[in-house]
Formats: sequence, C-alpha cells, structure tokens
Amino acid sequence: MKIIVLVKEVPDTYGDRKLSLETGIADRAASEAVLDEIGERSLEVALSFADENPKTDVVVMSMSPESSKATIVKALAMGAASAVHIVDDTLSGADLGLTAEALAAAISRAGFDLVIAGNQSTDGTGGVIPAMVAELLEVPQLTALRSVTIEPDSVGGVRVSDNATLTVSSRLPAVISVTESLPDARFANFKGILAAKKKPYEMISLAELGVQPDNANSARSIMVAVSEAPPRAGGVKIVDQGDAGEKIAEFLIANRVA
Amino acid sequence: MSEFAEDSIVVLAEVTPSGELARNMAALIGAASLVGTPVVLVVTPPGAGADVARAAAQVGAAHVLVAESAEVTTLLSVPAADALAAAAELVQPDAILVSNSIEGRDAAARFAARTRSALCVDAIGVARDDEGVLASHSVYGGTYEVTSTATFGAPVITVRQGAIEARASAVAAPVIRSLEVAASGRRAASIDSIEEETQSATTRPELRGAGKVVSGGRGLGSKEKFELVDQLADVLGAAVGASRAAVDAGYVPQSYQVGQTGVSVSPQLYVALGISGAIQHRAGMQTAKTIVAINRDEDAPIFEIADFGVVGDVFTVVPQLIAALRSRA
Repeated sequence: MKIIVLVKEVPDTYGDRKLSLETGIADRAASEAVLDEIGERSLEVALSFADENPKTDVVVMSMSPESSKATIVKALAMGAASAVHIVDDTLSGADLGLTAEALAAAISRAGFDLVIAGNQSTDGTGGVIPAMVAELLEVPQLTALRSVTIEPDSVGGVRVSDNATLTVSSRLPAVISVTESLPDARFANFKGILAAKKKPYEMISLAELGVQPDNANSARSIMVAVSEAPPRAGGVKIVDQGDAGEKIAEFLIANRVA
Repeated sequence: MSEFAEDSIVVLAEVTPSGELARNMAALIGAASLVGTPVVLVVTPPGAGADVARAAAQVGAAHVLVAESAEVTTLLSVPAADALAAAAELVQPDAILVSNSIEGRDAAARFAARTRSALCVDAIGVARDDEGVLASHSVYGGTYEVTSTATFGAPVITVRQGAIEARASAVAAPVIRSLEVAASGRRAASIDSIEEETQSATTRPELRGAGKVVSGGRGLGSKEKFELVDQLADVLGAAVGASRAAVDAGYVPQSYQVGQTGVSVSPQLYVALGISGAIQHRAGMQTAKTIVAINRDEDAPIFEIADFGVVGDVFTVVPQLIAALRSRA
C-alpha cells in the first residue's frame, strides 16, 4: 500500500507570528518554523500501519519554499521512506484552490492508495484542503477522524461532526484527515536522523506538474486588505479582598452580559 | 428574466441528523441578507424538506430550494456538493455562503474545487463593494484582520459560527421550490452509523457560536471540581469550554477545547477560570467582546487581555459570583 502524508511547515505557535502588511503573506523569517503537529500525528497513523504491514510505502508531501526542506526532512527522520516537495516561486501567496490543484497533481503523479492529512493546520486553520484534494482526485474524503482503521482495501473511522458522531468508511483509494485525538507522533531517533539524509527527496515545480498558477478557468481568492488588529489591552485587575465575586457580578451587570 | 434577484446569495442550510434546521442558520442567513437576497438551499432526506424550508423562512429565507435525497444520511458530503452545484447553476448568485462547520467546510471545499471557484474560509464578516462580495477574516488568532474576495465569479465563503450578529426578518410567504439535482457520480465515503448528540438536560448552548462561554483550566484541579465551571455557565446561560491543559488532564472531553487547535469562539462574554492564557488558548478566544479572568497567579498572561481580571482563588470567588448573580436575577 502506498500512503501519502501531507505535512506542512508552520510558524511555531509558541511565538509571535507575523504577516507582511504589504503583501499579506506570512513573514517566515519572523518566527521559528516547525513541522505542524497535526501533520506529525498524520504521519504517525501511516507509520504505525507500516510497522504492522511491511509492504507499506509512506511518502511525505509538502508544498512550500525551498527553505523548508530542513523541516520536511524531520518527517523522513521519523520514518517516512521518501519525500515529494513542491517548490515554485509562483506559489508564494497561493490560495486554497491553487494549493489543492498543486497537491492533487503531485499526488496523482506519485500514485496512491491513501492520503492522510491533518484536519486543520495551525496557521491557515482552513480545514478544507483534504476535501478539495479528494474532489480533484475524484476519490472519497473522510475528514475529522478521531480514530482510524486501515485495511488492505478500505479505510474507516469515527468522524466527529458538528452535532453528531458518525462512523464512516470507504474503499481505497481515499483521502482522510485526522484530529488531534490521534496519538502523538514518535520521536526521530539518532539512527532515523542519519538515515533521513540518504532517503529519496524529490523537488518538483508547477510546470512539471502541469499546473498553471494563472489559469483563466480558475477563480482565485485574493487578499484586498490586511491590517494588524489593535492589540487587546488589559483592563482592570484586582486582587481578591473577599468581595471579588460581587465585583465581577457588578461588572457583568454594568456591561449587560450577566 | 430569472426568477431570482440580481443580488442573490445562495446559502447552504445546515440540517441536523434528525432533520431540523441547525440553530446557527439564523446567523448565516442574516449574513447573506447583509450583502444580497438570501436563496436558501435545503438538502434533506425525502419528506423532511418542507419543514426545514419553513424554518428557514422564519429566519429570513425569501426563496428556498429544496433538494431531497435518501443519500444525505448514507453518503458523506457529495450529495450536498452536488446540490450546491445545481443551485449555483440555477441561481447564478453573487456569492455562496456556507457554515464554517465540519460538514459545511467539506461541502464548500468539494463545490469550490469542482467549479474552480474562489474559496474564502472562516469569514467573520461579509460586505459588498462595486466589484462584488468581500469576506473579512481574523488571522493568527485575532492578530491580523484580512479582507479577501474572488478574482472573478462568485466567491464561496465559509462563515465562522457565532461571528455574525445580523439577523434577517421572518418571511411570511416564502417561495419554496424543489431543486432537481444531477448526481455527479463522484465516489463518496459511506456513513455507517450516526449518533446524534443529545442536548444536555440543562439546555446549555453549544460551544461553537455561543454568545457566552465559561471555560476552565488546570486550575480547577480535578474532573469533580470542574463542576464549578458548569455551575457558573448555567447561571449565565453560557456554553462550557476548557483549555488544552484541562482536556489533557482528562477533566472534560476534547470537544470542549478552546484555542488554536480546538474551537475558536467570538462570544459577547468569555470567562476564563484557572486558565493561564497560553498563546494557543488566546488564539481561540481573544476576539471575544468582553473577557473576565480569575487566576491565582497574578502574572498569568490571561490578565494581559482581560477586561476584568481577579487575582484570587476560583473556589472562593466563583461561588460568591454565582450567589451574587442569583440574588440579582
């Protein structure tokens, strides 16, 4: 079985994250770059299946600037067999539609039985790429899974929906996305880190994938304005003198939110 | 001349598994009414469409398209995406609004990818200018405000639940018609079982979209003591949330988690009990209108954004607050 895991380099949420106020594009230099945790969990789903099923080929795939190679190599150190990295200057500021087109083209080119992604990245938080990619690949999507069962010819799991919990399943090929209820990822050990350097790492461009960033048939989402929200200022802070509960009640009533 | 207004906005109505219009649809139809004439698409199992259509009219749908299909409860997302494609083809709207929910996002994603429409996600507001419909977003946990739109064509916009205050007036005589949907033939995952969440006995509001939220953190100390959060929430008529620390400690299920990787909320009131306010938590709640925090640690970062902060013990302050609120009720 060939499993493609979508991973993403994101700014570390433990620090300040910045957007360029001129372009609206993430300022990658402003914060430390890390592999998104939900992508690591997705990889763990694939690797635990591969542990039990030795004929499994686990490929990590990402679309990002060339500079994020060091981050993606971490996924190889954790145990993925190879990496496909879509690198193209014209992808800077790519919207969701173009991102999905590029990923779907690369997945289709690589061939796959199962695609595993995180349900939502910590930076864009869009949560739509897995279903968009599934639509373009013309395969089923099973998103927001809190548990996953992979069989040789099918995949299933429990999907946490809005007001309900669904049990869903599909024959392969399919695209799934997982939530952070899935187990933490394994750590890359020293042996893995050394091995990662020798694993196949392919960089491909949009031209090689046959994807056009400015396609007259595809509408794109564009940013027309970006501004920094005024920082939220702290208000009153009191130390409880035995009447703080009363004081909060007064505050809530005065602000008509009691 | 089309039967639909020039400024039509197609709204995908969300229907609960038991066949009722989801409560947050008043806000979504309200959002559509800000930028045009709402045409509400209702996708239900056979026989359930008429009731949902009437419920949609109650919250402002002048025009309702009903697509009934037995597959909505057996196949994931594809029936809704197919219906959306048929509705967009018929109505030729200026924008398509969908709830930024699990089901809404998947249907919007499939429809946008299929029709190569621009997709603008997690909007907290919509507006219109000479060029068309615009979506506003709060990015990086409320640090930036971004406005987006489509290069051409109708944008598909998913709207954050709880972010829209506008409501449309009830429509007494809505135009309700059935919509013929050509199946795309796309393979879909099958839904093998559905377990609908039963409403809690307290009729406590859902966390997503709640007007008020009371959240607890590790400061509550145990699953049993987390009860205090529930008590204050019930006095205020608020939903209950939690920090990741409280979820990781097992006090509440993961669905309660507010923050970067959990639910993002923008309520009128957010009360943080025993929550330090790590940046990931703040990212999910700092767009709340009013924030109240109680924490023993006077240096807790939550105080940097709280409108009213109390340095104190939640187990003495909160019971007093509950008593004070009850006595004034």
